[in-house]
Amino acid sequence: MRISVEEVFETVQMTMDQHFDIRTVTLGINLKDCMDRNLDRFCRRIEERIVTMGQKLNAAADAMEQKYGVPVINRRISVTPVSLLLEPLPRTVAAAVKVAKTLDRAATRANIDFIGGFGGYVQKGLTASDENLMNALPQALSQTQRVCSFFNLGSTLAGLNMTAVERFGHILKDLAVKSKTGIGCAKVAVFANVPGDNPFMAGAHHGIGEPDYSLNIGISGPGVVKAVVEKNPDCDLTELSEVIKRTVFKITRAGELIGHEVADMMSVEFGIVDISLAATPAAGDSVAEIIEAMGVGRMGVPGTTAALALLIDAVKKGGAMASGHVGGLSGTFIPVSEDAGMIRAVKEGALNLEKLEALTSVCSVGMDMFAIPGSTPADVISAIIADELAIGIANNKTTSVRVIPVPGKRAGQSVHFGGLLGTAPIMPVTKNASFNFINRKGRMPAPIKALRN
Amino acid sequence: MAKKAPKKTVKEPQICIVTVTGKDKVGIIARLSIAMAENNINIVDVNQKIMENYFVMTMACDMAKATVAINEISGKLDRIGKEMGLQITFQHENIFKAMHRV
Repeated sequence: MRISVEEVFETVQMTMDQHFDIRTVTLGINLKDCMDRNLDRFCRRIEERIVTMGQKLNAAADAMEQKYGVPVINRRISVTPVSLLLEPLPRTVAAAVKVAKTLDRAATRANIDFIGGFGGYVQKGLTASDENLMNALPQALSQTQRVCSFFNLGSTLAGLNMTAVERFGHILKDLAVKSKTGIGCAKVAVFANVPGDNPFMAGAHHGIGEPDYSLNIGISGPGVVKAVVEKNPDCDLTELSEVIKRTVFKITRAGELIGHEVADMMSVEFGIVDISLAATPAAGDSVAEIIEAMGVGRMGVPGTTAALALLIDAVKKGGAMASGHVGGLSGTFIPVSEDAGMIRAVKEGALNLEKLEALTSVCSVGMDMFAIPGSTPADVISAIIADELAIGIANNKTTSVRVIPVPGKRAGQSVHFGGLLGTAPIMPVTKNASFNFINRKGRMPAPIKALRN
Repeated sequence: MAKKAPKKTVKEPQICIVTVTGKDKVGIIARLSIAMAENNINIVDVNQKIMENYFVMTMACDMAKATVAINEISGKLDRIGKEMGLQITFQHENIFKAMHRV
């Protein structure tokens, strides 16, 4: 049966008026075979590989844009966790910074906007190489533009590495001071239960257990979902869930098609579709506005958590049927600075840090892109991280924190990051939290849930 | 050495969909048909409708014997769209099949 005018128009309208796009095609690249005891040789090898594959990725993504008329906004690369790659190299900050600069240069040469993987898995403890990389973060991320970092600080199976959590409070403060407006902190996310195939920055990396190359794709359609919710103002919640499911099915299918074709063109394996709804600062491309279109007075007021739970459940059900491999984060992103509805909610006082934390118990990605005063003590930042990661560990899901302690700014002020990173209102946070608890350090035991065998 | 597979003499149809949205006016189909004929693109189906106050026309065409690549023809259509004040998109049929057919 030929496609009808109505069906064609629905698709065209999604891209024309509702911001539907392929948010990112992310190529995971294994760099383990490039490891060497000689730093220069190692850097030469990885740069060559990243540049070659990055250029191919851009060419394939351009061809798909032309063929299907769906914009492919970001083309990104994730690599093997760099803390592994640094193992044979000298344990110096200079060596780690040089690797970061090599990744940055390779990304620039290949015209790739972000390259992820400058981090490691430390949920159970730190190797000397992990520790060195952590120490190098403030310099590495403030002296590069495109490098993104992740650290997995906890997991349901291993518990929470509180020694690393304590250190991260200091690292983030140091990084914020070293980079303009604290923007360096926008390029680092800490996780519990991090997935190794997430295509979205800052947490993307090519996990352990991945093949040589893996093409992962992130679709985005908050605007499309919002439009369909607005078209159904009176239906009950079962029916609302149904219409969201159907819509997400369609956009996920487009992602699946394009992802497979990009992978085929590059002769690499197709990994997963990440069905997360990813907002942008553009008007109408907001997850908060979907929640409000569902009937919640303002993002953050009572009713928000239930509405978000319904939304993400419908997204998962629609997406799961549309793709052979749904993976990555596949939740709903509610980054404060990157979503116009979230910014408005914080400015009006409807949404505070505590509610933001509560929302992450039903949507996967955690407390993302929120700004706090630069004077916030390191132990308070660590305590925010510990709370958020504990939610992930106890509930056997991914959670993350990407917090920006903006130097010289007070609660109520704003900071502008520009581009996709948007504008963040500075959220108030206590100066005295749990100093003694955080400074106990050590390893929080894995929850009883971990004993499943 | 393995023998190369014989070249196909008949190319499979490569159906693409042209979508025009905007205000209806004289000569839209004429302009598009000329552009298609110039590049040896066969028009297989044309439909139009008024939807949500938009005039929408879809034209299915076969690119199998086209003398230009997809990016060139969509560039030409863009220029026609600008001249006539219309939004014209050009997309391979597979995207619609993926989204609307289970």
